[in-house]
Amino acid sequence: MTTPDTETAATLDRADTRVRNDDSFAGAWRGFVDRVRSGDLGMLPVMVGLVLISAVFTALNPVFLAPNNLVNLLFDCATVGVISLGIVCVLMLGEIDLSVGSMSGLASAIIGVLWVNSGVPLPVAIVAALATGALVGFVYAIFYTRLGMPSFVATLAGLLALLGMQLYLLGSTGSINLPFQSDLVRFGQTMIMPKWLSYLLALVPGLVVAVTGWRTSQRRVAAGLSPLAMRLVLAKAMVLTIALGVAAWYLNLGRGLPWMFALFVLIAVVLNYALTRTKWGRSMFAVGGNREAARRAGINVKRIYMSAFILCSTLAAAGGILGAARLASSSQQAGTGDVNLNAIAAAVIGGTSLFGGRGSAWSAVLGIIVIQAISNGLTLLNLSSSLRYMITGAVLAIAVIVDSLARRSRVSHGRA
Amino acid sequence: MSPSPPSQTEPILRLRGISKNFGAVSALTDIELDVHPGEVVALVGDNGAGKSTLVKILAGVFQPSAGTIEYLGKQVTLDGPGRALELGIATVFQDLALCENLDVVANLFLGHELSPFQLDEVSMELRAWSLLRELAARIPSVRQPIASLSGGQRQTVAIARSLLLEPKIIMLDEPTAALGVAQTAEVLNLIERVRDRGLGVIIISHNMEDVRAVADRIVVLRLGRNNGVFTAETSHQELVAAITGAAENAVTRRQRFRAAQAATREAGL
Repeated sequence: MTTPDTETAATLDRADTRVRNDDSFAGAWRGFVDRVRSGDLGMLPVMVGLVLISAVFTALNPVFLAPNNLVNLLFDCATVGVISLGIVCVLMLGEIDLSVGSMSGLASAIIGVLWVNSGVPLPVAIVAALATGALVGFVYAIFYTRLGMPSFVATLAGLLALLGMQLYLLGSTGSINLPFQSDLVRFGQTMIMPKWLSYLLALVPGLVVAVTGWRTSQRRVAAGLSPLAMRLVLAKAMVLTIALGVAAWYLNLGRGLPWMFALFVLIAVVLNYALTRTKWGRSMFAVGGNREAARRAGINVKRIYMSAFILCSTLAAAGGILGAARLASSSQQAGTGDVNLNAIAAAVIGGTSLFGGRGSAWSAVLGIIVIQAISNGLTLLNLSSSLRYMITGAVLAIAVIVDSLARRSRVSHGRA
Repeated sequence: MSPSPPSQTEPILRLRGISKNFGAVSALTDIELDVHPGEVVALVGDNGAGKSTLVKILAGVFQPSAGTIEYLGKQVTLDGPGRALELGIATVFQDLALCENLDVVANLFLGHELSPFQLDEVSMELRAWSLLRELAARIPSVRQPIASLSGGQRQTVAIARSLLLEPKIIMLDEPTAALGVAQTAEVLNLIERVRDRGLGVIIISHNMEDVRAVADRIVVLRLGRNNGVFTAETSHQELVAAITGAAENAVTRRQRFRAAQAATREAGL
């Protein structure tokens, strides 16, 4: 193992010889193995899951891996994925929102009633739906912080109440068709990014990783801290660029990258930044990890809960709007069935803990791809939804078991 | 009993006639307490003597029913935990209140992060290292989650965090209660280093040995009242007598009994 700063006196953060610094590739690998052994699984279960699922479904039906099927898969991911991003926020605090499915259904009903039936301009209808979501989240937060109602009871009540509102709005007809030629429906069904743009965007994450890594490293050296291991940063950037480039190329063999999926990823990027690089995000982790400690550190705990519940319900409403666009209708079925559980399962499978204090926006992105891959594969095999529900339920159970066991292992290995 | 005015400097903190009633119960009556810069004051007393109540008043958690608090020569009202922190009175609570899922840097700066919309991790890490180095603290890495640290290291992080906002006084509630021999010694060293930086330190402890090891003055509370001020040279018996309120108490009776037992055993041999 080589350390870059053996020549002179060790930098401030490298003075302690008890710490092993994993700067080389072998060191990084050893660090990764250590982390996984101690129960810090990170993205590993998702990666393994994706490979397994692809292998099994491709063996059963080769269409599964066809470019156009994957494009469809991404369209489907975007709707529930956006809902799942909200779930990440509440899970981060160790709370839950069981009503996201109903909320998305209500949002789709609002779009249908306001836009199609009443002739309100689409942007106004969208704002109204999102505002309703924010209001519902606000009410949950009041229930939780002022009245001390456990979030799972409050949102379970909300599940029924919001479903009732959805049915009431849709009235006796039961479903409203959205005009096929409208921008909203085209966005949900056909709008594809130009090829050149998808390749350009595939370069961005790698570049961002490399440039921010380099700048951070410069600043650390200027401050007298050890530099980042640039080899690892560059390797990460390269792997990222190659993976995304290949993905873009493969999707472009079919229809290409859906704009709707790009919107989903954009929201995930923003949420990821907010969670990892802002004071708000730090406070979210702190409240999820130790609420009393956060309170004594001067964090306004109630406001953090409020922000999480509002964000979750608003994103659920956004997911509902995308769902309406995807199906070109607002129906009584929107948001029912497995939407709720898929959104929660996606976050948990991706590595967000049900116990609070751990998670990331990317867990929703990767988790929803796993969930939708299962559902898509089973549909390709012409299996009924009865079987699909059972399998999704089993996957959720497995994800939660992995989360619990990993957490127990982390506790015994001195990792939070 | 010899109350010793240790320094000629103005006290940072001066309490006069502090009382606190909870309904009909008076938890504190007419408490007087001075803390000078560069001085360790130990607050000792039996369970229910009012130590924690006094600390909570100074931390701004409780408001006193009567009496005045002078801070740097000016009379102040501590109407909330935020106010006390603002003035420069920091408290390390017994249960430390750290977030185990966050690393040392994040815990040190919790609630006071630099540049809230684009966290300045480099500056925060640098400040964390220099703070820990000033305390000669032995934390192997500031990027470890708190969960992986020992009890003594956690105590160190908690103390370092209280120093982050440059307080004038730091209060430690039972800092050694949960610690082993070596960690206790480390924390006592840490307290001395904090004192050497010119801060006033108030330490609450049930452990007379620790108290006598670091304290410049020992203030005894008994049933919510001042029961004498002692120095580190005071004998153990004298302290125990002041704490329990009688030269004849459970501790002396036990000692006498043990001595008598030993004597009979020797006589028997």
